[in-house]
Amino acid sequence: MNLTDFGLAAARLALGRREFSARDLTLAHLAAIEALNRRLNAFITVTAEQALAQAAAADAALAKGEGGPLAGIPLAIKDIFCTAGIRTTAASRILGPFVPPYESAVTANLRRDGAVFLGKTNLDEFAMGSSTTSSAFGSTENPWKRRQDPEIRLVPGGSSGGSAAAVAAHLALGATGTDTGGSIRQPASFCGIAGIKPTYGRCSRFGVVAFASSLDHPGPFGRSVEDCAILLRSMAGHDPRDSTSVDVPVPDYPAACARGIRGLRVGVPREYRVEGMAGEIEEMWQSGLGWLREAGATIVDVSLPHTKYGLPTYYIVAPAEASSNLARYDGVRYGLRVPGEDLIDLYERTRGEGFGAEVKRRILMGTYVLSAGYYDAYYLKAQKVRALILKDFTDAFAEVDALLAPTAPSAAFAEGEKTEDPVTMYLNDVFTVPADLAGVPAISVPAGLDADGLPLGLQVIGPPFGEEVVFTVAAALERAAGFAALPAIRAGSPRT
Amino acid sequence: MSYRIEGRDGEWEVVVGMEVHAQVVSNAKLFSGASTAFGAPPNSQVSIVDAAFPGMLPVINRECVAQAVRTGLGLNAEINLVSRFDRKNYFYADLPPGYQISQYQHPLVGSGALAIELADGTSKDIGITRLHLEQDAGKSLHDQHAEKSLIDLNRAGVALMEIVSEPDIRSPEEAGAYLRKLRTILRYLGTCDGNMEEGSLRADVNVSVRRPGEPLRTRCEVKNVNSVRFVMQAVEAEARRQIAVWEEGGAVEQETRLFDPARFETRSMRSKEEAHDYRYFPDPDLVPLTLDPAWIEELRAALPELPDAKKARFMAEYGLSAYDASQLVAEAPTAAYFETLARGRRPKTVANFMLGDISAALNRLGHSFASTPLFTTKATGALLDMIEDGTINGRIAKQVIEEMEVSGEGAEAIVERLGLRQVTDTAAIEAAVAEVLARESAKVAEFRAGKEKLFGFFVGQVMKAMGGKGNPALVNDMLKRKLS
Repeated sequence: MNLTDFGLAAARLALGRREFSARDLTLAHLAAIEALNRRLNAFITVTAEQALAQAAAADAALAKGEGGPLAGIPLAIKDIFCTAGIRTTAASRILGPFVPPYESAVTANLRRDGAVFLGKTNLDEFAMGSSTTSSAFGSTENPWKRRQDPEIRLVPGGSSGGSAAAVAAHLALGATGTDTGGSIRQPASFCGIAGIKPTYGRCSRFGVVAFASSLDHPGPFGRSVEDCAILLRSMAGHDPRDSTSVDVPVPDYPAACARGIRGLRVGVPREYRVEGMAGEIEEMWQSGLGWLREAGATIVDVSLPHTKYGLPTYYIVAPAEASSNLARYDGVRYGLRVPGEDLIDLYERTRGEGFGAEVKRRILMGTYVLSAGYYDAYYLKAQKVRALILKDFTDAFAEVDALLAPTAPSAAFAEGEKTEDPVTMYLNDVFTVPADLAGVPAISVPAGLDADGLPLGLQVIGPPFGEEVVFTVAAALERAAGFAALPAIRAGSPRT
Repeated sequence: MSYRIEGRDGEWEVVVGMEVHAQVVSNAKLFSGASTAFGAPPNSQVSIVDAAFPGMLPVINRECVAQAVRTGLGLNAEINLVSRFDRKNYFYADLPPGYQISQYQHPLVGSGALAIELADGTSKDIGITRLHLEQDAGKSLHDQHAEKSLIDLNRAGVALMEIVSEPDIRSPEEAGAYLRKLRTILRYLGTCDGNMEEGSLRADVNVSVRRPGEPLRTRCEVKNVNSVRFVMQAVEAEARRQIAVWEEGGAVEQETRLFDPARFETRSMRSKEEAHDYRYFPDPDLVPLTLDPAWIEELRAALPELPDAKKARFMAEYGLSAYDASQLVAEAPTAAYFETLARGRRPKTVANFMLGDISAALNRLGHSFASTPLFTTKATGALLDMIEDGTINGRIAKQVIEEMEVSGEGAEAIVERLGLRQVTDTAAIEAAVAEVLARESAKVAEFRAGKEKLFGFFVGQVMKAMGGKGNPALVNDMLKRKLS
């Protein structure tokens, strides 16, 4: 067995028993990155030196029996988390050679618990996208291949596509992501791994390059539900530096994965049965419900009547906040500066050259919906609809403990397939956006393969701060699904 | 008597409302931990939050909120238990995030009132519309480098209170009185140092004119006026400009203007068409600001006595006139100085002495009651006591004060050194009187013939002969006796 074949939970046990060292585990992953990253382009920056130093520290701690919960675990960090002394790009040209002098709260928590950072992963520029094709550093390739057409380059989903691809291809044991409209769950689904977006306020946004403040949710990827639970337990926690961070204790999420679901009520939101959804997705959903029923859960039909307004609401709120959040990239203090005739010219040249097309499109949309005379019709209306979407969830969770739905309306698509028309691309987020608007926790779990041999994910959604029940239901689903398929492209370093 | 400006064809009334930006006294900025001390080297008080680095988030500073609540309470205004912060979006080099965090729709403080006193002794209430918290911007320095503008972000993110008045002000005098009174209250509360030269208090003055009795006409905003005198001048200059526009058949355009004190005129800064679209929206990085009523009551209970209450108490407790009481309460340290001196002394005498001779001396020295090292309450008290117990007379007191200014010695030492003790020895006075009357025998004859005005002349001569040290009452008595 290769060291890159271990899952996070298993590696943690083995490290604790000193079956291998954190250094060996890290070297194995660095070798895998060396071998595959040129092709997959999952990492923008590889931090081998730092990783080995962290591994050495973990080995020293483990030798004394003092290692933290993640001592020696090699992780990949989405390049939207600021990392002290390590270049942070948000996959944009506009940040140029920016090296933050500070560490994001989430990565600081992971460091505190002994994690090893292999590098910074690729994403859609400023996390705006569902395919990781809008990165200034090139697209990331999905390690999965269509059986009939193995040459076609598929997208890993997005925006956290680099993190999802890295974990799926065994280049890292786990990874961080951010989910604003589905940016953790949809790539998890496309790459056949698990990924959870916790409750808004559960993970601090301090040091996360902002896309849409009220929607940005940091969260983890893992190859199992339990791996996600272990990571989230370290990442979560109150942070006084983020006013929207919530001061509630962090429960033992891994313990929640081992609980049974007998007696739990799981809702099926009827509005998620959208027209034109692939038959395979519907079948997968039915299988998932069957597995949960067999494990003792009660399946209940529920209604989330405002679901259809989720996407339009999202595409008003998110660009509005983004248009303001991205105003700071002006060429004055850090990052790219393209000199101009005067201040306005400096702004225009810097932002004109620094931002890609999708980012510009969203800044324009956001500026428009906030402008005088349009604010009430767009932004204010969207906020009202958002409140109704939250109420849908609140009402549903009065009836059920969790909801089960597909994560995405399709399996991974080919690069260029949907990128021509932005609106088609936006439709990818139809099942993931409502949980972001409501701020409720949701996890994507690989449930099976489609006819092309591509993974499909199912999504478990829970009430605010109901991560435990989400993990419990997701783990039950995972056990029943027995998903064991592996992507075509993955690490295979010899056992050391 | 209302203030009116005489136009070419009739009288005009001036209508003014003010937006005052008051820098909050606090150790740290509104949303970051950076220091707010004035005068530090450029860019030495800038946190990565102030400089809007990626992923940095604002966190409200509790003390700034407390200061704004205290100010609201001091203005007898409603405190809103829930308020909200919005982003005001615009690009400028000294505004790092590209937006200012302010309170647009839901301010911390609602309506209140402030009483101003006018020269004719009347007082008038000026309505306060609202008070909200917002961030200051940094400073752009355009004159430090040949081709470049330099940016100093020390001020970026410092808390400001924007205090908006109703358009209740009707004259330059009222505008000046409003700003002075507001500054007094802010200083009493310790919520703003009121220092207009350093820019910690700045006024935007909204001016319009109308025929008496008419509804409001279009207003113009005169931005960033930085002294009470300039505010008064700006109101008049802008009112006169608008009157000229109306009387020439034109229409005043709503716009933002700047006051040029050197030319006594306002100039257009930007018109309504050039106005920014600030795209206000609630700041998603901040949760609504929710206050506990018990905390507000705690702050209320700890408020100092404010000028209006203090003035009333000075009149009731010390028997002072409204005018003297107003003068004494205008600055909290002056009032405290008075109360220290008044203990065990006659309040009216203390007030007269402070507002007369001592104020004059402080003005000459450039000192204030708050900070004079020379005329401490102890030194002034000693001087007052020497007048009261007859050691020196009032005229000698003036001489002692002048000597104190020069030598810095205490009053008693000067009196001793220069031998300024008042002479109460009747034999000495009698001798001096006899000498003067003998020398001025012609004038004595005139006096006895009925020219009684000459009595003052004799008093002067006797005092002169005694080096000013004669007890005036005893000199008078003796002269009356000898001349009768």
